[in-house]
Amino acid sequence: MAVIEIKNVAKTFGAYTALHDINLTIQDQEFMVLLGASGCGKTTLLRIIAGLETATTGEVWIGGRRVDHLPPKDRGIAMVFQNYAVFPHLTVFENIGFGLRMQKLPNDEVKRRVERTAGLMHIDQLLKRYSGELSGGQRQRVAVARALAMEPDVILMDEPLSNLDALLRMEMRAELKGVLAESNTTAIYVTHDQVEAMSMADRISVMHKGEIVQAATPLEVYRNPAAEFVAGFIGNPPMNFLPATPKGAGKWAVGGQVIDGPQKNKALNFAIRPEDLRLADSGLTARAKVVEPLGAHLLVTCDIDGALFRAVLDSDMTVKPGDTLTLAPQPDRVRWFDPDTTRAVA
Amino acid sequence: MNARLLPYVLILPVTLFLAVFFLYPFALVAKQAFTQGAEFTFANFRDVASHWKFPISLKNTMLLAAAVVPVQLALALLMATMVNRMKKGRDLVLYVWTIPLGISDLAAGIIWLAIFEQSGFLNSMMSGLGLVDQPVNFLSYQNPMMVFVAIALAEIWRATAIMLVILVAGIGLIPKEYYEAAEVFGASPWQRFLRVTLPLLRPSLQTALILRVVLAFEVFAVVAALGGTLFPVLMGEIYSYQFDLQNGNAAAALALIVLGISIVFTLVILRALRVPKGATI
Repeated sequence: MAVIEIKNVAKTFGAYTALHDINLTIQDQEFMVLLGASGCGKTTLLRIIAGLETATTGEVWIGGRRVDHLPPKDRGIAMVFQNYAVFPHLTVFENIGFGLRMQKLPNDEVKRRVERTAGLMHIDQLLKRYSGELSGGQRQRVAVARALAMEPDVILMDEPLSNLDALLRMEMRAELKGVLAESNTTAIYVTHDQVEAMSMADRISVMHKGEIVQAATPLEVYRNPAAEFVAGFIGNPPMNFLPATPKGAGKWAVGGQVIDGPQKNKALNFAIRPEDLRLADSGLTARAKVVEPLGAHLLVTCDIDGALFRAVLDSDMTVKPGDTLTLAPQPDRVRWFDPDTTRAVA
Repeated sequence: MNARLLPYVLILPVTLFLAVFFLYPFALVAKQAFTQGAEFTFANFRDVASHWKFPISLKNTMLLAAAVVPVQLALALLMATMVNRMKKGRDLVLYVWTIPLGISDLAAGIIWLAIFEQSGFLNSMMSGLGLVDQPVNFLSYQNPMMVFVAIALAEIWRATAIMLVILVAGIGLIPKEYYEAAEVFGASPWQRFLRVTLPLLRPSLQTALILRVVLAFEVFAVVAALGGTLFPVLMGEIYSYQFDLQNGNAAAALALIVLGISIVFTLVILRALRVPKGATI
């Protein structure tokens, strides 16, 4: 049971500012993903919440208690590290029980909790082994079990799946989500992988250059990106942008066409997701440059007035490079951004 | 060059060097220890071990090692931990701390003699402060404890750095994430030292301890400078058999005894600090 509140947290390393005035509330039992490219400050923010790093200014509250002056062990948190940090000199049992031993719990309680969490992570056969005798995936399971055994209010995870191969990552993703949902803990999960973020999160905080650009549900982040950065970062392939010039009364000139848009009198950027385009009789005129059949879809990279533009079409379409396509954007999926602020325009 | 042969060819010069300058002389010493005239005998060992000075020098050597090595181990661990935490000036501090390593053991003994002798620093300081009326002779037969302490201090000063260097390298290899994990899971700094640093440092501790213990059994010049004949040790006895008594056979026998003790202690250290089967450190 713990709400996490981050109030005006900033962090500077010398002249470099890693985090600018972060404000974020994470609800009890929420699965919050901090998503961003490397160097965006997501790991720094996680480490500040963990207590492994001190914020330059600001406050961290966990479960209604201010914790930023407390050592990690008094914050009611447990953590899963990117490189697992499974102790090589201890058996799997002692690794999972490490935190419990530090709390000086009686032996039978340690045994009960270690066995329960090991069962949960399907590693009960490995309790006597050492970390050197485990595969990467098994080590990852030990690291998660060690965190769960603490029965913490909050679990912090720093890119926990990034060292696993693709197939194992997909499997662990689903399993982690299930286990964490059952454990009733609040979870903060740092990743640079948007698929991980979309598939696991209750809410995603998209971070860029030390700021949270948008904190919303995965679908909201995908459908209604708050800024051009989010639109370009989330989605594979990312959102398309085209410059739009106002034609008065909510009409906009985009790629030689006139499209309905917001009532504004300044240049905006028109944006549409590649999968929200259809081949039609009227629409944007694009010249196909590269055609990539992806099985389920056809990814067509085109050129509209010299700008790069991608469309995801049905795989039974026959499109060749050099073809001229007429792409109709689905009207309710069109988004507009102010090029000066890069923020979304309603 | 055949790739399978190449490693052996490369290691040949060292092997030859060791064979000529180490194995061969060693065989000679061993032969000397087990012979009197031309016949094979254990008499040299019997003679050496039954001499009245043998138990005293054995006891002194052991006592000195027992007093010096644990202090050095603790100091070296403390210093290595401190150096490891430093951000600036780490190298400078490390160089300064390892200066005694560059001084020969006899010179180290003489430095400490200059402190403790009757006209030394310690006496002039104490009389300057008015603590004593006249210089005290610390290093006399009337002060055996003082002689022991002076020798132990000199040894600690001289040879802690060899352990320090090994332990600093070992500590530097322990990934930072282990400490962070231990911290998050509730280990205090002292618990982190006991439950992360020490176990993960086992290979370096083995090396450092073996080296240091073996060297402690070979203590000679510092004792000679500070204690002279007041504090007989095994190496001193070997020296006096060889050069004062011109008894090379007895000297060789005693040297083999010291070797035997060193081997036993090496095995004990290896066993005590072994890495559990299956664990990879």
